[in-house]
Amino acid sequence: MAVVAAGRVLRLGGRWSAAASGGPSAQTLRLIYTTTAAWRKNVAASGPEKYTEAFIKKQIEEFDLGKRHLANMMGEDPETFTQEDIDRAIAYLFPSGLFDKRARPMMKWGEDGRPFHFLFYTGKQSYYSLMHETYEKLLNVQKHQDQLVAQGFSLQKEKKNLVGSRWLTKTELEGMLLEKLSDDDYSRFIRLLEKLMTLPCSDIEENYIKKFSKEIAVQLQKVSTEPLKYDEQGVAFSTGEGVRKTSRATAVVYDNGTGKITVNGIDILRYFPVLQDREQLLFPFQFLDRVGKHDAICTVSGGGRSSQAGAIRLATAKALRSFVTETEVEFMRQAGLLTVDPRVRERKKPGQEGARRKFTWKKR
Amino acid sequence: MLRSVKGFICRPLKLDHGYALHMAAKDCFSSVVSQDVQTPAEKPRAIFYTNESDPIKTFQEACVMVRKPALELFTYLKNSNFAHPVVRYVIYGERGTGKTMTLCHVVHFCARQGWLVLHIPDAHLWVKNCKELMQSSYNKERLDQPLQASFWLRNFRTTNEHFLKEIKTQQKYVWGKRDSTEQGRPLGEVVEQGLTRVKNASDAVGVVLKEIKQQCCLGSFRVLVAVDGVNALWGRTTLKKEDKSPVSPEELTLVYNLRKMVMNNWSGGAVVTTLSQTGSLFKPSSAHLPHELLGKEGFDALDPFVPILVPNYTEREFESCYHYYLHCRWLQHEKARTEDGKEELRFLSGCNPWQLERLSAPL
Repeated sequence: MAVVAAGRVLRLGGRWSAAASGGPSAQTLRLIYTTTAAWRKNVAASGPEKYTEAFIKKQIEEFDLGKRHLANMMGEDPETFTQEDIDRAIAYLFPSGLFDKRARPMMKWGEDGRPFHFLFYTGKQSYYSLMHETYEKLLNVQKHQDQLVAQGFSLQKEKKNLVGSRWLTKTELEGMLLEKLSDDDYSRFIRLLEKLMTLPCSDIEENYIKKFSKEIAVQLQKVSTEPLKYDEQGVAFSTGEGVRKTSRATAVVYDNGTGKITVNGIDILRYFPVLQDREQLLFPFQFLDRVGKHDAICTVSGGGRSSQAGAIRLATAKALRSFVTETEVEFMRQAGLLTVDPRVRERKKPGQEGARRKFTWKKR
Repeated sequence: MLRSVKGFICRPLKLDHGYALHMAAKDCFSSVVSQDVQTPAEKPRAIFYTNESDPIKTFQEACVMVRKPALELFTYLKNSNFAHPVVRYVIYGERGTGKTMTLCHVVHFCARQGWLVLHIPDAHLWVKNCKELMQSSYNKERLDQPLQASFWLRNFRTTNEHFLKEIKTQQKYVWGKRDSTEQGRPLGEVVEQGLTRVKNASDAVGVVLKEIKQQCCLGSFRVLVAVDGVNALWGRTTLKKEDKSPVSPEELTLVYNLRKMVMNNWSGGAVVTTLSQTGSLFKPSSAHLPHELLGKEGFDALDPFVPILVPNYTEREFESCYHYYLHCRWLQHEKARTEDGKEELRFLSGCNPWQLERLSAPL
């Protein structure tokens, strides 16, 4: 077979005009170089190859011829050249390392040729091992529970603070296990964890459960309000500071006032002639419905008219926190009165006219 | 504000009431006025209403809020001794606090009492944006302003008609080759002369002022000189002569004559003036004290005077103004009717009348 293949290869290489018997000098082998395109057309014109009797006979003759040539090459008797001899000859002539034992693909097994993890063949070894572990903990807890019941203790379930924590997300779990999970697997795992949580004696395994839960930061608890201060006449006051762009402002808000606000010693009507700035100052008081009830004395420096107004607004809002209940402070925070405005002037970049504006685009 | 003041005085021309406008407006509340005048120390009890923008057309009425400075002035005027030289009152205050309205109120009061009122709505108009300047025929160095002079003469005629018939000239005045006014003719003729011959209008004004000054000392009638924006008389002008050199106020006939009027060398009346920063030239916007706005010259000229400060609204005044706007349905916004709306208006306007008006205009 290999000889036939070799023969066909030899034939396909250059066009030996052995078949061109109609030529003038019939038995000379002439190498005709034709383009493969012309050659292909010829073949197409002749029609599909038919496995006729003559064709088969010719193939067999060629094979036998090749066999005899091979036997000659190997120095053996051409008459008694079996197929095994042909294979041996080819293996000798074209040595290949493909069948060598060392070229076989090797698994990373232990010495006994078995995989390291006992769940390797499940495909998701770490996931199933995790499920097994969790279930083991569950059984543990149940056993503990049974023991307690046997001893006669009553079981109470304290509500754990589930509000402040959440389970790991699927991506986080995948990262932990270093394996891809499907949604189904993930939900199964979470259900198992929740079942574990609901059992009364799950406190034993709390450490284990904590590995799979995360704390959600509660923002409200971070900020603490200052208590009110009292000055000489017994009037309550409190201070606050605010920034906006490049302005820095401090405000001292007094109780029992008439709504008079002084900025750097000047009345707001004269310091902020523009209505918009005064509206900004009005906003914290109006939000808390305390428009005419407080006096304020503010100092401000830096920045322009609008940023000074914003800074004073922030400062007064911060100062007003001490006068007001917790819920109202939360409302103020949600209204954006207590957040520092992070917008600053953006830098001008080279190659552009401003921070964003590009130069006029000219087609040529 | 100034616009409204001019409207207050000039509308008589366009409407048919004429001088009677003063009468008509005060007929509605004359009794109340007298009551208030008698008890000046108390806060305003009855509230006149003030309307600042296009007054008579919008509200079909002209109202003025009675405030403490005005009442103060009324007491002074009532108790003043007319044998002494005239007392000068200078109304000053921050921008938009109601100085011009106080002046109007005083003018109205005196007119009702039968005084002769010389009211100059805005002296700043005489020192800036003048289209025509002519050399004075009377005095070669001075400059005339025929337009402003004739305008003022027209108003003067409408407001003080019956006085014009009473006062007689004491001297003969020669206007040109053919025109002259004999001695003993009523002042109305001088005014007519000024109006018909616009070239002589400024001189006519000068004559009127001189006559009134001379005859007032005799005591037959009282004169009130009300000047708004008196700091214009001693400041700088934006006018230029033909050779592009700046004009100083003394070179204007009108200003020169008015200065003489404002001097306290006559008796039998009162001079009430207002300082105004809004129309003033070359003065910073934070200046509102007499010393700053008048300058050294003006201060010396007006010294001694009685200063009257007009402050922002007090609580009660603010309330009354707010209620007036509600009553006239000037405030259309629903939230403006609530308490919160009122507090907001109070905060944002800072109890400044001008600010409050501007705020409530779009509401």
